[in-house]
Amino acid sequence: MSTDPFVLEVNGQSHEVADAHPGESLLRVLRERLGLPGSKNACEEGECGSCTVLVDGQTVCSCLVLASTAAGRQITTIEGISGDDGLSHVQEAFVDAGAVQCGFCTPGLIVSIGSLLESDPDPSDLAVREAISGNLCRCTGYGRVLEAVHLAATRRGGST
Amino acid sequence: MTIATSLEDACAALAAEPGSLVLAGGTDLMVEVNRGSRSVEDVVALNRIPELAGWHLTGDELRLGAGVTFAEICDPEIAALVPALAQAARTVGSPQIRNAATIGGNIATASPAGDSIPVLAALDAVLELRSAEASREVPVTEFITGVKATCLMPGELIEAVRVPVLDGPQEFCKVGPRNAMVISVASLALLVDRSARRIRVGLGSVSPMPLRATQAEDHVSGHLDWDNGVPPRLEVVREFAELVASSASPIDDHRGSAAYRRHAVRVLAQRSLTRVLNRVSSS
Amino acid sequence: MTDLATSKRTAAPRIGEDTPRPDGVPKVAGTFAFSSDLHHDRMLWGGTLRSPHPSARIRSVDISAAVAVTGVHAVLTNEDVPGSLTYGLEHRDQPVLAADVVRYEGEPVAIVAADNPEALRMAIDAIAVDYEPLDPLVDPDLAERADPIHPDGNLVRRINLIHGDQDVSGEVQVEGTYEVGMQDQAFLGPESGMAVPAEDGGIDLYVATQWLHSDRDQVADCLGLDPARVRLTLSGVGGAFGAREDLSLHVHLCMLALHTRRPVKMVYSREESFHGHVHRHPARMWFRHHADRDGTIVRVESRLVLDGGAYASSSGAVIANATCFAAGPYRVPSAHIDGAVVRTNNPPCGAMRGFGAVQTCYAHEAQMDRLADALGMDPVELRLHNALAPGDELLTGQTITGTAPVAEVIRTCADHPSGASMAVDPMELPGGAGRTADPEHVVRGEAFALGFKNLLFSEGFDDFSEASCHLADGVATITSACAEVGQGFVTLAQQITCEVLGVDDVVLLPASTDGIGSAGSTSASRQTWMSGGAIQEACGQVRVQLLERLAAEHGVDADDLVVADGRVVSMAGGLEIDLVEATAEPIEASVVFRHAPTLPLDENGQGDAHVSFAFSAHRAIVDVDVELGLVKVVELTTSQDVGRVLNPLQTIGQLEGGAAQGVGLAVMEEVLVEGGRIRNASFTDYLVPTALDMPPVEIAALIEQAEPGAPFGAKGIGEPPSISSTAAVAAAIRNATGLDLPRVPVRPTDIVFPEGAA
Ligand SMILES: Cc1cc2nc3c(=O)[nH]c(=O)nc-3n(C[C@H](O)[C@H](O)[C@H](O)COP(=O)(O)OP(=O)(O)OC[C@H]3O[C@@H](n4cnc5c(N)ncnc54)[C@H](O)[C@@H]3O)c2cc1C
Ligand code: FES
Ligand code: FES
Repeated sequence: MSTDPFVLEVNGQSHEVADAHPGESLLRVLRERLGLPGSKNACEEGECGSCTVLVDGQTVCSCLVLASTAAGRQITTIEGISGDDGLSHVQEAFVDAGAVQCGFCTPGLIVSIGSLLESDPDPSDLAVREAISGNLCRCTGYGRVLEAVHLAATRRGGST
Repeated sequence: MTIATSLEDACAALAAEPGSLVLAGGTDLMVEVNRGSRSVEDVVALNRIPELAGWHLTGDELRLGAGVTFAEICDPEIAALVPALAQAARTVGSPQIRNAATIGGNIATASPAGDSIPVLAALDAVLELRSAEASREVPVTEFITGVKATCLMPGELIEAVRVPVLDGPQEFCKVGPRNAMVISVASLALLVDRSARRIRVGLGSVSPMPLRATQAEDHVSGHLDWDNGVPPRLEVVREFAELVASSASPIDDHRGSAAYRRHAVRVLAQRSLTRVLNRVSSS
Repeated sequence: MTDLATSKRTAAPRIGEDTPRPDGVPKVAGTFAFSSDLHHDRMLWGGTLRSPHPSARIRSVDISAAVAVTGVHAVLTNEDVPGSLTYGLEHRDQPVLAADVVRYEGEPVAIVAADNPEALRMAIDAIAVDYEPLDPLVDPDLAERADPIHPDGNLVRRINLIHGDQDVSGEVQVEGTYEVGMQDQAFLGPESGMAVPAEDGGIDLYVATQWLHSDRDQVADCLGLDPARVRLTLSGVGGAFGAREDLSLHVHLCMLALHTRRPVKMVYSREESFHGHVHRHPARMWFRHHADRDGTIVRVESRLVLDGGAYASSSGAVIANATCFAAGPYRVPSAHIDGAVVRTNNPPCGAMRGFGAVQTCYAHEAQMDRLADALGMDPVELRLHNALAPGDELLTGQTITGTAPVAEVIRTCADHPSGASMAVDPMELPGGAGRTADPEHVVRGEAFALGFKNLLFSEGFDDFSEASCHLADGVATITSACAEVGQGFVTLAQQITCEVLGVDDVVLLPASTDGIGSAGSTSASRQTWMSGGAIQEACGQVRVQLLERLAAEHGVDADDLVVADGRVVSMAGGLEIDLVEATAEPIEASVVFRHAPTLPLDENGQGDAHVSFAFSAHRAIVDVDVELGLVKVVELTTSQDVGRVLNPLQTIGQLEGGAAQGVGLAVMEEVLVEGGRIRNASFTDYLVPTALDMPPVEIAALIEQAEPGAPFGAKGIGEPPSISSTAAVAAAIRNATGLDLPRVPVRPTDIVFPEGAA
């Protein structure tokens, strides 16, 4: 049993998905069918945010998106955030500020924070905490993550 | 699998396959699908139906399409019209969840912990239901018939929710053991309706069905000085809170005990009344 | 893209600097391969059927319907286990697959390999197991008297620690009973891995683990294979915190791969993960402290019962820690600690960050506050008055020979100014996003707690780590089987190598069981010391060989040569050789590093059982909404005894991250077990702190006193942050509410209905 083929637009590229099972999440399709395992699978119940991607510019948990309903939407995953021209400010800041430990939460956090900084280029600590409250991190206690957001905000501000 | 692009499409697809899964934001449904407790054969996806997406204001009435997300409800424009609904929306899950989760899905899920429900109950919200053959209107308090049970008929969809824009401050509060991203253990919406000289109270997570604390409403509404805004005696606030608590019929489960839930709505009642009264008397 | 980043990265990393992680870039880019990311074109999906009962006899297992599902390649049960039927860290008491009984909810009964996850799910559902449910043994207090639920009996280990004169008693006595709920490590990366059958009949297993060689030995045993034919390679690890010290899916994956002759991948769901690994032991603890009027502790009595769940795991070592450190880092001349860990039909418990010391720290610190109260003494003063110092004796009779800057840790933390202001935004008050509290509903509380534990393995365990260094063309290649689980060992390995050899380029080979001996476990705060020490020594030997060779070649004294910044120079001048040239001919050294030996505990729990100790203190400030029982942790301040800071950024990361787990245990984290069943096996109901729950962590001081025997004097730093943080937060809530709060996590009802009204 599989769905009719559909096309996903991921990171600016079209991918035909021919043999997905009904009920297969966008996360599963990205990871297992499109060779894009950067989005992570810590819970598949919407609680951890490690699977966060952008769909038409908005952050969502890709584990809760039925893959076939995302056809025609612009999907951006962590793999599309670092382009050919290198890491984004947020990615750089994560490395430099020590916000990465095991790294399992990292792709989701980076997608969430990138989205936050688009709408609020210089967020307060509280705004950052609320914005990432759906991204669980078990390693860092969020301290260095907050540092990284401020570092990225400063660098973004400086370079635009 | 139908990705409906109009309401008519969706209704037609549902009429053809009444057993289809209706999928909006997926934030309730996909959790079950991922867990394997819900099998997926035919799906009707609603997230591209323009008629379900927007909201508009007609006179004193706000009509929200069933597909409006909680992120959209947090928007200042909506927040100005139905502050408690916006406050409730902001407590739903996380930013990612709010970007996907719809008000229609929240209502149709009919969970006692659904955060829009106490507000909608307090607002006497009316749901517009629609199927290929017919349309009807049902108050939210009648729509939900039990824990995760509704009067939705096979082939029927929620098209929109209509709520009044009230004159007066509003409060929504929700108790959970974590400071964010938590399922409600008890919640309460308290709305001031100046033109009807009434306080409206909806409770969450303390009963199988949407619950209005009518006795408490009657009591406090009658004791308020609507003309001069003089705050009521502490007694009145306490009695009000007590009546709210006694209207609840909570259960014990692993998220909280019945006694705690009852206690919590008592506290929320007292606090939210005090908050709105402070605002009434200061304005 | 940025100057700061690039300038940092070009300089060779050195000890004591903020070197960025070598795996940082792939981790932020999403290209780092975690164990759940593995893919093979021919792979099958593996899965597990688990017991729905905490205790039952298995009458029969019928796999015929499962085998008939299209796309299914193997359905295996206990009868298909090729070698040893059981495994375990300390005792091989846990069945690979249940045979005639199941002893906990979630115990694996059968395993399946199929073409895709859907067929897998159908096949698992199609296995028919006929169970005869039995009454589960769920109360640890009854375990020792109950009928044995396992051939090894219900007592896993008892340590009856008797120290000093047993006839003394204090003028002032305080007594209390305490309880700690079951905590889950809740690492984010689910258990996962892939097994690939090898040409030679052996198996290659790619898996996320804490200890490759111990896994290898247990897996080989269960497969009935020569360990040489079982090769484990570390796959990207999404956090561990103790939960990956035991086997989970390892043997299952290998069995399926060997049976099908195909690569098999398995990934646990979050729900399965809660059933698939050991948890932190729930504890019931009774204490009586005796002190003189001036606050001098004269005796501590305690009874500890830890619930080990169905299988032994590392329970024996956990109870040893709980017992040995039961009284905290204080001078206690007389003690009787009766520590027992028992078997029940609850979920198995084992290692978690802090390992036994977390539970007792919560209790002994509550006792210290009680004692201070009874004496009318300042709680910090009381701690200072009794603080351990070098040369003091522990409860085990062991004398502390290394560093023990306990007083410094206490003072720096307690004296640190607080930056906490009063919150106004409801989002920052207790209840957070729920908008439940206004500032007038909130009471602030503040408290202080101190904790400690041992570093490295204790009780005579032959604890070692092997590493090799190969230096050629100026590039140092390091081989170690140390499991990087997120803590940043890969960074330190690079820093240490650069420091010793003066090289710029370090290649750290993937951790595997192939070609190198064990590095030991990534636990017990031991890898910086043990595998760091092994690398330091291997590099040191290479350096000596290099200098001797150059000295001979150039007719100079080897003592006159130094390596630095990619060159070898003679101090006397005249000689300067590029390291690339000097190492055209490779040099290699391999070492097995051991810490100073320890001894077993005797029948009274006495003996020089431990190597070294690390101390930490936390001060917590909390806001409590007393009426609703909701808590917001406002600020944590900490000081820690670290020996030496090798990488400041990573040190801060450990202190912040460990404290977050402590906060979680204090206010929200508990695996709810009822009648042996887990009620909340999901992140929906097992709550871990979000960014809105975790306060800023102020680091008051990192006390640097070089620890003898440790590489560069550095102590392990991973565990202490999780030990005193829970105790401090719980005490701060006590301070705010005036309640006893004898149990963590502190639930809203514990505050609202302290008499247990509901
Ligand atoms: C991590 C997480 C946190 C959450 N936190 C909260 C929270 O704090 N508060 C809260 O209230 N909820 C919470 N939820 C639940 C969920 O997000 C909400 O109930 C949400 O509003 C559901 O909407 P949806 O559009 O995603 O519904 P879906 O999952 O798409 O659908 C849910 C149900 O509604 C039906 N349905 C949807 N739209 C219609 C329609 N127009 N007509 C008829 N039937 C329809 C579907 O058939 C299905 O039965 C959370 C969920 C997750 C995963
Ligand atoms: S995997 Fe999607 S939220 Fe956890
Ligand atoms: S770095 Fe491990 S979960 Fe965040």
